[in-house]
Amino acid sequence: MIRVQNITKRFGNYPALHGIDLEIQPGEFIALLGPSGSGKTTLLRIIAGLEFQDEGQVYFNGDDVSDIPVGKRNVGFVFQQYALFRHMTVADNIAFGLTVRKARRRPAKAEIKARAEELLRVVQLEGLGQRYPGQLSGGQRQRVALARALAIEPGLLLLDEPFGALDAKVRKDLRRWLRDLHKQMGLTSIFVTHDQEEALELADRVVVMDHGRIDQIGTPEQVYMEPATAFVSHFVGETNRLPDGRHIRPHDFEITATGSDRVIVDNVFRKGGSWRVEGRLTETDTIVEIDVDAHEAPPTIGETVTIAARRARTFSSAGDR
Amino acid sequence: MKRQSPSTESSTESRTAQILLIALALAFLAFFLMLPLIAVFSEALKQGLAPFLDAVSNPDALSAIRLTLIIAAISVPLNMVFGLAASWAITKFSFPGKNLLLTLIDLPFSVSPVVSGLIFVLLFGAQGLLGPWLSAHGLKIIFAVPGIILATVFITFPFVARELIPLMMEQGKDDEEAALSLGASGWQTFWHVTLPNIRWGLLYGVLLCNARAMGEFGAVSVVSGHIRGETNTMPLHVEILYNEYDFVGAFAVASLLAALALVTLVLKTVLEWRFDLHSGARH
Ligand SMILES: Nc1ncnc2c1ncn2[C@@H]1O[C@H](COP(=O)(O)OP(=O)(O)O)[C@@H](O)[C@H]1O
Ligand SMILES: [Mg+2]
Repeated sequence: MIRVQNITKRFGNYPALHGIDLEIQPGEFIALLGPSGSGKTTLLRIIAGLEFQDEGQVYFNGDDVSDIPVGKRNVGFVFQQYALFRHMTVADNIAFGLTVRKARRRPAKAEIKARAEELLRVVQLEGLGQRYPGQLSGGQRQRVALARALAIEPGLLLLDEPFGALDAKVRKDLRRWLRDLHKQMGLTSIFVTHDQEEALELADRVVVMDHGRIDQIGTPEQVYMEPATAFVSHFVGETNRLPDGRHIRPHDFEITATGSDRVIVDNVFRKGGSWRVEGRLTETDTIVEIDVDAHEAPPTIGETVTIAARRARTFSSAGDR
Repeated sequence: MKRQSPSTESSTESRTAQILLIALALAFLAFFLMLPLIAVFSEALKQGLAPFLDAVSNPDALSAIRLTLIIAAISVPLNMVFGLAASWAITKFSFPGKNLLLTLIDLPFSVSPVVSGLIFVLLFGAQGLLGPWLSAHGLKIIFAVPGIILATVFITFPFVARELIPLMMEQGKDDEEAALSLGASGWQTFWHVTLPNIRWGLLYGVLLCNARAMGEFGAVSVVSGHIRGETNTMPLHVEILYNEYDFVGAFAVASLLAALALVTLVLKTVLEWRFDLHSGARH
């Protein structure tokens, strides 16, 4: 089990993290989700031992590893920009963590080679061992980086925006594949992302961060359906914020004659499996977004309709940062 | 990426400008670089090969050549290590005084070499700050080989660091952190990851450092004392011969220095080519 307790980190005067508490069970797949600059990478690097906190502790299976450097924590770290060793072949990259071991703990040459081959198969890059990183595509490079991190049989796998530099299609394929790999190999993993879709699709639990704090920890379902703060509600999924303080998801609106709020329709278009209606509340000119079922007839542009909310939330101003 | 020419008119215009600029650059190069180079070699060989060989194998010339090689053999490796250490510190860590260190690295470039030489005389000369202490211990630095080495190390310090800092800055520290996270020691990380990443840049810096170490005149002239057969380096020897109207001798030794410059130039070009290929393959 990984436990992060009351972590605080400042860069100069800038507080990057304050009072972070987090517990991760073996086998979990955790997403650190938040906007750019919210402190996700800093937290991940502190857990790895690449950066050190000003206050607080990190425990691995009950041991305080707060002062232990990265090389002794047995973590696999995957960098956003791959950080492959460009002068080494793919096979040598993967074997690196084994070849640098002290003679006492280093497997025999043949064994290292076999292990690299096996990992190449795991990441579906058989036969590419003798290539150089420069000769691979982005997705392939990221898989090499992953294989290299897995070679040391890490107790914890940490990935910083692992799909950030890839194009949309490769990204989607790769994240499904990573999800399966995580399960198959029984890994404990934490990955950083600013993409809520990615977090909701992959993670067992999502940690939503904002301004160096954790706003909510929960399953994708909880974070989406029961956001703890206004920030979470807006960052995870879309939310309309009405002048009276209610926060309503586009699909929680319905257009009905018995509705209470009048809306002028500005635009109607297809979005995914439904209609997206953009309009303004007649009273306050507040912009609202409404989803209408695909098989229903959407309103026409310029029309005035009345809407009702099936479901709405309000947040205390403390949570309403 | 290929740029499209917006119209034929402006493209002919830019084409003329291109040709003019290239011609100008070539004329400039020919006048300021090629002409002197040819002059050096033709002066050296003016009276045939025999006087040339005599001048080069004269005991004073040989001693100057030997001293120059010794100076380079000591100061270049020293500056390779210093330059690496400074670049490493500046690019991989943040610490107070980093900007000051960056500025200090450039100091030898911004101060006249003669002034640099004088600083060493002020420090280590007979009348200098440490002079009495040195002479009490029988140590001689100024007007001796150690002084020349000190001055050369100082003058050539920036070459390696200047070459490496931008390169290491661009490469960031992800590779090193990846190696460390895989359990490599600091030394293994340096040897297996950092050094291969910077090898071409390092070699290039060392080459430039060497060319300057062998060619430095100003600072060395101040601290050397011009003792024939003892503290004369090649550039100083050239000057002495020239002042004695021994033109063939002066140009013969000068042509050796010029040859060094040519070799450096060729190696530099080869390295740049490799370097480009290398960084090209990365993206
Ligand atoms: N090494 C550093 N020095 C100074 N500031 C930093 C450093 N690393 C991160 N920061 C700052 O800390 C904040 C959080 O950064 P980071 O953890 O990278 O956020 P995220 O990964 O969520 O985008 C940012 O404002 C960033 O500018
Ligand atoms: Mg980040």
